[in-house]
Amino acid sequence: MEMTALFLSRIQFAFTITFHIIFPSFTIGLAAWLTVLETLHLRTGSPVYRGIFEFWLKIFGVAFGLGVVSGIVMAFQFGTNWSELSKMSGPIQGPLLMYETFTAFMLEASFFGVLIFGRSRVPPWFYLFSTAMVALGTTFSAFWIMVNNSWMQVPTGYVMEKGMFVPNDWTKIILNPVVWSPFPHMLLASYLTGAFCVAATGAWYLLRKVYHAEARIMLRMGIGLAAVLMPIQLVFGHLSGGYVNTYQPAKMAAIEGRWNDEKPASEVLFAWPDVANRRNLFEIKLPPPFGSLIGADSLTAGETGLNSIAPENRPPVLIPFFSFRIMVACGLVMLGLAWLGSYLSFKHRLAYNRPMLWLTFLSFPLPFIAIITGWFTAEVGRQPWVVYGVLRTADAVTPFLTTRQATISLVIFCAVYAFIFLFGTFYIYRLIRNGPARKPFEIPHLVVPNRPMSLADEEQIREPSYVIGGE
Amino acid sequence: MVMFWVSLLAISILLYVLLDGVDLGVGLLFGLASGEARRGAMLSAVAPIWDGNETWLVVTAVILWGAFPIVYATLLSAFYLPLIVMLMGLILRGVAFEFRYKTQRLRWIWDVSFAGGSLIATFIQGMTVGALVEGVPFTNGDYSGGEIGWLTPFAVLCGIGLCLGYALLGACWLVRKCDAEVRDVARRQISILAVGVLAFLVLVFAYALAEHLPILHRWIDRPYLFAFPAVGAVAATVLALSILNHNDYWPFHMVGLIFVSAFGTLALSFWPYMIPFQITVDQAAAPQSSLMFMFWGGVVVFPLMLLYTVINYSVFRGKVRASAGYGH
Repeated sequence: MEMTALFLSRIQFAFTITFHIIFPSFTIGLAAWLTVLETLHLRTGSPVYRGIFEFWLKIFGVAFGLGVVSGIVMAFQFGTNWSELSKMSGPIQGPLLMYETFTAFMLEASFFGVLIFGRSRVPPWFYLFSTAMVALGTTFSAFWIMVNNSWMQVPTGYVMEKGMFVPNDWTKIILNPVVWSPFPHMLLASYLTGAFCVAATGAWYLLRKVYHAEARIMLRMGIGLAAVLMPIQLVFGHLSGGYVNTYQPAKMAAIEGRWNDEKPASEVLFAWPDVANRRNLFEIKLPPPFGSLIGADSLTAGETGLNSIAPENRPPVLIPFFSFRIMVACGLVMLGLAWLGSYLSFKHRLAYNRPMLWLTFLSFPLPFIAIITGWFTAEVGRQPWVVYGVLRTADAVTPFLTTRQATISLVIFCAVYAFIFLFGTFYIYRLIRNGPARKPFEIPHLVVPNRPMSLADEEQIREPSYVIGGE
Repeated sequence: MVMFWVSLLAISILLYVLLDGVDLGVGLLFGLASGEARRGAMLSAVAPIWDGNETWLVVTAVILWGAFPIVYATLLSAFYLPLIVMLMGLILRGVAFEFRYKTQRLRWIWDVSFAGGSLIATFIQGMTVGALVEGVPFTNGDYSGGEIGWLTPFAVLCGIGLCLGYALLGACWLVRKCDAEVRDVARRQISILAVGVLAFLVLVFAYALAEHLPILHRWIDRPYLFAFPAVGAVAATVLALSILNHNDYWPFHMVGLIFVSAFGTLALSFWPYMIPFQITVDQAAAPQSSLMFMFWGGVVVFPLMLLYTVINYSVFRGKVRASAGYGH
């Protein structure tokens, strides 16, 4: 691949957005979980929930900070590297991202301050309200981003005028049927990320025999939530595949590793796509009509092969093909873990089953890998288009951007991101390793004034029977 | 409709400059301060609000993209390298708030990144404005200045000027929010910085005269523009008086007013150009259907954003308490 400004800009966008998505996908789930914890704490008055809240809030703070600073880059990068795209699609993408900033960022940013510093300055209900507002903000943000991306995947509701995409039907753009499977898919992915990180942390503590009470709550809530959400996630994943099949047959063919038209189609499970010779090596596949069934929910539907797509419109094959399979594999492993874990938890055996605790602990990277590979599938599969079928990526790049400029910026990004990522993950690791603070919290509105928090209170926290609805 | 979005854009830019100018200014002064007590207090004075303040930059960017896509695309691609470096400055500044309290031994790294990031971001913001005022090369509406077409002595001068200006804002904020040594030091800094900013303005004026910048002709054509510098001069006088009287409240507002008048001077002297003498407001405006769709965001959600900002500031009003740190 030649090192052109176009290629470097693509690498830079892929790198910065991949880096960015790690943090929102974590914090969207975490914000919702913090809201649940604070609600439980206010309702039950149990200091355990408060302890878990304070603990995860610290981690949230670091991850949220990294998400904010890497997100600002995204607001500028469309203009710096993709000036032709931003000129042409500005009338549509600009307002969508404006709504994201207006409805989400300011909400998050303002109430985040209250969340981190304001506990002692505001009444408890307002603190809970602030937590909920941060969670709401993160969700709004995800919504607008998915609307924006869905428009790039399946552009609709516009006419071309003077070289610009001029919107003529905003309901079509926002209520794009394509939004309503990827948006829940992304939201659920974020909740699952939160759930698995929380469960893995609980499992780690149980393996190390520390923070027993907190660890059991984390494990039970994380695994339980994952067990409920995972099957729903598979359904939305399948629905997202449905829009690809309908609107983007080239991407579908790349994902499926299908070279020739088939009717009904077979389904390739594993293979090594040999792109040069346009065939699959070491192929394991299900016979027809499994391909049609998975792609189009039909026993007879015909499926397009890559060979019947004009060469200049073919997406790369290897990345969508493998990243899709990695995503699905992660999803299936998470489903298995969540269901097995919930079964053991129901039988009150999870906390003592060390192999299962190890598996749960080691599972925390899976949701991140699934999200990143899922996005790779969607975005690389969209190539060579940036706005599908209308504007090519090669025509969207800033025309006067030089290779040298793009190289310098990419190197700067890599260096700075590596630096803050290493420290950020190390600090998060250390926060998690150190665990929840053990000193009892003051909860003035719940305890009798002047009653000293006794050691007995602290002991009580560790009592398994104290845990509401314990395993 | 176009005017509506010009106004919201102007408000957002102004809010960004005033609010994040404080944070960046505190970051600059942070680099000069020593001792954990002082540094901690300085950081606490801006820690709960910096994130919201920085968001006004994103607000500015997305309004620009949505309502004036050509300006967004042209400006951002023309200032490619400086903008990327500015973003890195903002990143290093932003993570420092969280990271510096996660370590003892390596705290210096985040202190450097906080002060250094603030310095880089401030300098580049000032330099960009300077380059725009002076005029960057365009051919047929496309930037044609090459990789460093924006780098001129005047732009560098403006970068230094904004560092002084933000530091002045930051010092005024510290006087308001802090006690004891931090306040006393900031008070002394205000007088030095105020003189510095004044000297900078004189220099800029002299440079403009010497170089016959296009902007100067507009001033001769529109004498009413002198109303803004006049307001600025009044504000500077009140500022001087309040420093002499050891007042903690007024300096911040007066410096704010000086910034507003500088901003108004700039904006009106270029009107109706968005990119000076290249692209006008009407040429840059997005199609009516985009502006109309954004309108509801502007009428309903924009005031809400102002409300969140007010709530955030009122929760954290008053002097910083010694214990209120990022230590959680």
